[in-house]
Amino acid sequence: MSKKAVSTAGPTEEANVSCPAQNAQAPINALLSKEERIELHRKMVRIRRFEERSLRAYQAKKIGGFLHLYIGQEAVAVGCCSLMGKNDHVITAYRDHGHAIAVGMDTKALMAELYGKITGCSKGKGGSMHYFAPSLNYWGGHGIVGGQIPLGTGLAYAVKYKKLKGAAMAFMGDGAVNQGAVHEAYNLAALWNLPVIFVVENNGYSMGTSQARSSAGPGLAQRAEAYGMNWGTCFGHDIYEVRATMDKFLTLAREKNQPSVVEIDTYRYRGHSVADPDKTYRTREEIEEYRRTKDPIQLFQNALLAEGVLTEARIEQIDAEAKAEADLAADFAEASPFPTAEDIQKDVYWETDNPAQRASKGRLFFD
Amino acid sequence: MPVITYREAIRAALAEEIARDENVVLMGEEVAQFHGAYKVSEGLLEKFGPDRIVDTPISEAGFIGMGVGASMLGIRPVMELMFWSFYSVAFDQILNNAANVRYMSGGLINCPIVIRGPANGGTNVGATHSHTPENVLANHPGVKVIVPATAADAKGLLKSAIRDNDPCFFLENTILYGEKGEVSDDPELLIPLGVADVKRQGSDLTIVTYGRCVLHSLAAAAILEKEHDISVEVVDLRTIRPLDFDTVLASVKKTHRVLVVEEQKPFASVGSQLAYLIQREAFDELDGPIHRLATIDAPAIYSPPVEVEQLPNPQRVLKAALAALA
Ligand SMILES: Cc1ncc(C[n+]2csc(CCOP(=O)(O)OP(=O)(O)O)c2C)c(N)n1
Ligand SMILES: [Mg+2]
Repeated sequence: MSKKAVSTAGPTEEANVSCPAQNAQAPINALLSKEERIELHRKMVRIRRFEERSLRAYQAKKIGGFLHLYIGQEAVAVGCCSLMGKNDHVITAYRDHGHAIAVGMDTKALMAELYGKITGCSKGKGGSMHYFAPSLNYWGGHGIVGGQIPLGTGLAYAVKYKKLKGAAMAFMGDGAVNQGAVHEAYNLAALWNLPVIFVVENNGYSMGTSQARSSAGPGLAQRAEAYGMNWGTCFGHDIYEVRATMDKFLTLAREKNQPSVVEIDTYRYRGHSVADPDKTYRTREEIEEYRRTKDPIQLFQNALLAEGVLTEARIEQIDAEAKAEADLAADFAEASPFPTAEDIQKDVYWETDNPAQRASKGRLFFD
Repeated sequence: MPVITYREAIRAALAEEIARDENVVLMGEEVAQFHGAYKVSEGLLEKFGPDRIVDTPISEAGFIGMGVGASMLGIRPVMELMFWSFYSVAFDQILNNAANVRYMSGGLINCPIVIRGPANGGTNVGATHSHTPENVLANHPGVKVIVPATAADAKGLLKSAIRDNDPCFFLENTILYGEKGEVSDDPELLIPLGVADVKRQGSDLTIVTYGRCVLHSLAAAAILEKEHDISVEVVDLRTIRPLDFDTVLASVKKTHRVLVVEEQKPFASVGSQLAYLIQREAFDELDGPIHRLATIDAPAIYSPPVEVEQLPNPQRVLKAALAALA
């Protein structure tokens, strides 16, 4: 079964040409300066080049475990995270590289984490699925499908409890919506008016399972109705539309403590993870069609060219810089040391990492 | 005898039992059209059709619980967890419902479910995906826990588990899926649950182990023999509960020294239980304290070369064996 048709206004043209003008004219986008627009573009390009570089490193056996690439979905993370204020927070699943770069994490530390090096953002302990940066309000990177959604609800609870004006964006995939914890979190958020937005990045598949084979009901976002929550959908290949849509729901969260479910249509070009041969559940033509007509970077690039914000020369320069940055990150990762066996038992307990302030007695580790 | 992989052995057990008993169904994420995340169920959908080989949404609590309920009415569901690590989201169904329903009904209800999937570290998938819950599971009376190390054991034990009338939890290993061994193609060749297997005879030291650590222990035993002239007996438990303590005891009486090797966090592990039983039943047979080699006590680290050090490996087994003999 192929990916369901995109439900909201998208480009009708044949190739990657343009997106509806009203998205660019939405107040949140109309306000953007030239440099801010270029920065949105640059972030998407940096994510793509980082991911392509990490794929090469994986193929060269520099990276172990899983590698879930975000290529094709860049406009979602960059669009959403570009709206973050100082009290807004983000949490996502294991396909977390895009969000990490979008919130501003250093690609050297991200690549080093993939290489399992001590200079990685989690000291080589978490790997690809477990990136974190609390100082940037980025709370991971979570490996268990749906497990991050109650946590995101908790971030919203904490923001509200502290009487701050902020919101949490809790990202999940189209497969994650069928985890029980997600539904419990929906109810809590609605019952207690928590400022959380449940963002469903609908890329059409959970591993090899299409939405039609995994989810009952008319739509994923619409499930919010059962809990009396706001919901919306959006065309996630157009970063202007992502920003315009999310801005509305973020405002409802920040100003009125109203939770929402927003389903953003998007598409992943690569297999579920690098290990997925990607042969059984979709056609090459389907992937090609998305690349050709809905590529988020290409669409935004065209918009910025038409606006006179970008030139071909600048586009090339940004791309070259992004490639150089990814190579530099790989060089940094390569040159960094691995953790040692002594590091295994660090970062387990606060108390053993802060022995001077230990209050509990007794043995914490066993052999 | 045909030589096949551990993966193929599991597939053969599934195919034979699905063909034999119309009440056996295989269910789980990606088991049908995608052929299983680890290709264990490759070809089964084509052979048995979508009523017997069923893809589920990512709803472990829902579908495992559904399997428990169906088993109460005589279905024999084999539920695949893509990783045993995901059992945590279905914990209530597995350890409240499946484990207790027979007892709480005063024996009126049976729960012949099999839950299977890989449970191991060593592939750098990090703390959330590397759990080895055999001790947690076996802590619950009412359940059976099986951890096969070889292709032949995997096949014979899985067939017994599917025919068993109690909930059976079958813990495989992604690293072993490609390991080959001789496996009978006799569809009636079952290995009973609760029978350990002495994988190597020896006289100086007993290593009690199971799962992938059997391979590490055999590798270490070969080095100990060649380089240290030490004769090691390797006892593979194969099932954790029921536990074949007689075979362990016989070996302890022969060697008088014991090392337990397990891919487990040490606290309240399978090895803890064994050490208790051995000192209780064979205190006077022991020439030294019981030693244990486990996973270094921390969540699973991602970093590939360091994870090798965190887990048992042949070098760590070798060192532990020498310490046990000192
Ligand atoms: C509880 C749980 N079950 C199963 C898995 C294995 N798994 C990892 S990702 C995935 C598919 C998730 O798909 P989706 O939510 O659509 O996100 P996407 O991968 O498309 O970003 C599955 C089944 C898991 N990590 N956690
Ligand atoms: Mg998906």
